[in-house]
Amino acid sequence: MAFLEVRNIHKQFGDLVVLKGIDFDLERGEVLSIIGSSGNGKTTLLRCINFLEIASVGTIALDGEEIFSADKKYTDKELTKIQHDIGLVFQSFNLFPQYTALQNVTLALDVKAENELKEQKIGYFQRKKLMKDIKKENIEYAKSILDKVGLIDKIDYYPCQLSGGQQQRVAIARALSLKPKILCFDEPTSALDPELTGEVLRVIKELKSPEIAMIIVTHEMKFAKEVSDKVIFMADGLIEEMGTTEQIFEKSQNPKTLAFLGNFAE
Amino acid sequence: MDFLTVTLQLLEGFVTTLELFGLTLLFSLPLGLIIAFGAMSKFKPLKAVVKTFVWIIRGTPLMLQVIAVYYGPALLFEGIGMLPRFIAVMVAFVINYACYFSEIFRGGIEAIPKGQSEAGRVLGLNKFQIFSKIILLQVIKRIVAPMSNEIITLVKDTSLARVIVVTEILKVAQDFTAKGLIWPLFYTAIYYLIFVGVLTILFGFIEKKLSFYKE
Repeated sequence: MAFLEVRNIHKQFGDLVVLKGIDFDLERGEVLSIIGSSGNGKTTLLRCINFLEIASVGTIALDGEEIFSADKKYTDKELTKIQHDIGLVFQSFNLFPQYTALQNVTLALDVKAENELKEQKIGYFQRKKLMKDIKKENIEYAKSILDKVGLIDKIDYYPCQLSGGQQQRVAIARALSLKPKILCFDEPTSALDPELTGEVLRVIKELKSPEIAMIIVTHEMKFAKEVSDKVIFMADGLIEEMGTTEQIFEKSQNPKTLAFLGNFAE
Repeated sequence: MDFLTVTLQLLEGFVTTLELFGLTLLFSLPLGLIIAFGAMSKFKPLKAVVKTFVWIIRGTPLMLQVIAVYYGPALLFEGIGMLPRFIAVMVAFVINYACYFSEIFRGGIEAIPKGQSEAGRVLGLNKFQIFSKIILLQVIKRIVAPMSNEIITLVKDTSLARVIVVTEILKVAQDFTAKGLIWPLFYTAIYYLIFVGVLTILFGFIEKKLSFYKE
């Protein structure tokens, strides 16, 4: 059984069918890039994996456990729990403007810790007392992640005081805070000026580790080629071609794939 | 009637004005938030009921609503007594202002980009936490200006209470007029101006406090 198993994911909005049956596997430590023209369902697929959209049909299994099946109804609370294992970095960063870089990263950690204490039925005052120490630990941990994305000197800056590239790196640190098993990126550099994409792509590349699996929707072909183990080319709500990076970028015989990649040839 | 006596009597009336103002705010702000959530509900019947209610309240004069709350129940049902005057005014004011506030809240909440709550969701926050920890402060920052407008209007709307003989400041001044003393009526403007001045400074302070970040 693969680490992440996505099976037969369909998604439609009213009459509009966006995903028509997506299947793929991903192993821990692997990086998967999803490429294809806009409007072919890449982002919707990512949103289904993060439960921002609920797939109409299909199942998702993570680490040997079924975490989602379209046949079942999930409560908010159940979805909240699964979401801890899967992180998402948005195209438009979506940092919380009223929080500093550090607070953006600690927020989810603090909330998660408090939720767990509540579940253990620990009373309000006891909880507040325990949270004091937990918050201190969370700050230290958040600092270490911000250091990893090269922003240790910016921890007290608000998003509005940071460049786009720095904001996206904070967003990556925030997504890493809960130690997700899967980290997804939705066109992480599309909203950035060209001279700022490099720093973000470098950070993503450095995140590659045996602990985590990454799924990256991107239009940066050179980057996809460098960082990925697997590539999916999507067209019209389906996986048109899937393979190793080499198979897709070097050896593809599929006319659609070739036509798409041809757009990027210099 | 000397200046000091008039000043003190007007002040007494102004205390009633302030009570009405304060209590109306205290109850209409949370009620307005509840109405705003009703108007944004995905449950269509609830949404329809709330929207109709807001339409009726915003579509009729506040003075008429004050009269309706005070005389209405006794006229409609036999054997029901009237509410105390002050309570009746307050009920009408709270409902009226809650409806106006609700529209400001709704506008503020809907103006927050969807990405904010989505970011909260993928971080495992529940709906309540997303609202309280992410959305609320951003909404407050956005609505300070329209809210200050509405709240300043409330200060002056309190003068409508005299229609069912609640002796707020303007009623006191009017009673002087009946005794042939005209100037206290114009003198009341000073009270309003000072109070609105204080509120303006307060809202300026809040706005400044919230300017620590930009969106």
